[in-house]
Amino acid sequence: MAEYMALVVEDSPTMRQLIVFALKRLPTLRVTEAEDGLDALKKLQGAKFDILITDINMPMMDGLKLVSVVRNDATHKDIPIVIITTEGAQEDRQRALALGANAYITKPIQAPQVINTVKELLKLA
Amino acid sequence: MTDPKDKPRPVDRAEDPLAARREFLQIFKRGAEFSEELMKENERLRYRLAELEVRRPASERDDHLVKELLEKIQRLEIERQELAQRFARVEAENKDFANRYVEIENENNNLLNIYVASYQLHSTLDFQQVLQIITEIVLNFVGAEKFCIGLVDEKPGEFRPLMAEGFSRELAATISSNSGLIGKVLQSGEPYFVDTVDNVEKRGDELDIAAPIVCIPLKIKDRILGAICIYKFLTQKRQLAHVDYELFTLLAGHAATAIFSAKLYTESKRKLNTIQGLIDLVTS
Repeated sequence: MAEYMALVVEDSPTMRQLIVFALKRLPTLRVTEAEDGLDALKKLQGAKFDILITDINMPMMDGLKLVSVVRNDATHKDIPIVIITTEGAQEDRQRALALGANAYITKPIQAPQVINTVKELLKLA
Repeated sequence: MTDPKDKPRPVDRAEDPLAARREFLQIFKRGAEFSEELMKENERLRYRLAELEVRRPASERDDHLVKELLEKIQRLEIERQELAQRFARVEAENKDFANRYVEIENENNNLLNIYVASYQLHSTLDFQQVLQIITEIVLNFVGAEKFCIGLVDEKPGEFRPLMAEGFSRELAATISSNSGLIGKVLQSGEPYFVDTVDNVEKRGDELDIAAPIVCIPLKIKDRILGAICIYKFLTQKRQLAHVDYELFTLLAGHAATAIFSAKLYTESKRKLNTIQGLIDLVTS
């Protein structure tokens, strides 16, 4: 069975844990966590990921900057990116999509939303 | 019409007796021919009759076969109806299982939220971190946009907001813990929920600190420590779901315990430092 690697970038431990637990329900997915954009870039250098799920508002390097950097990186430019936003942050969402994010999830987050979005992007049954 | 020439002429018969005999012979021959024809017809009819006689039992056999086939059709029809009923029962069971699966999935998702919230609430003894975690749960799990977390100051009888999300901390001024909606919740220990979230939109953006739409008391058994007051939900939050009430219940107990533990730990740490300072002073 093919294994996929997911990178979850979220500064809030509570949210990160919720997303990680949700993704662990997909048996073929291995999940790595990052606390912010910089941490994510370090982890992206060390491994090949199949999907990136990132919050927008984070310290050090925010999600928008991360999307921009990843899309301009030759190794990871094709990785599907899911952003997590609030309904109020519509501008952020549109900007992230314009930068190359593939999908977005709005808060409050429910596990099925995360699972279905990832399944759709990775084309999992 | 008879030709007048063919008519026997009495004169001729009288004249020629042979002619009379010939005439008689001719009539006799005709009679014979007619009898033969009758006999042939009789024979043909008898043959036909015999033929029909032979065919009759075959027809009866066909009737029997048809009867059997009809009975078989009837049996198959009954069987088909039984199968259709069984199929309908199985289909209903399938639907039931599918509904139960959806219910269990929802319950799993709700439990996941509750587990993560509970796990995070008890993951630290740092007071500020506990407040931060409660904020994250209310913001990200419940979907509240404007809310505050406050504690009761028993001596002056005040509700003192410690942190506010979505609005200025200055707006979250200290209010009496003995009156108003928050006072009522703090006195009774029973949570307050607005009837529907849609009604909240009609209130506009004005914030009345004393009039939350949801007020959850933070209590350990009968002791009320404070409350979480929600004033506005995120735009996409159209209604309170079952999991929200579960989270409110969880927050009422676990957030209170987490806050109490963190405060107790901070106090004990401070006291320990003081005692340690005294010991160091005495021993030095």
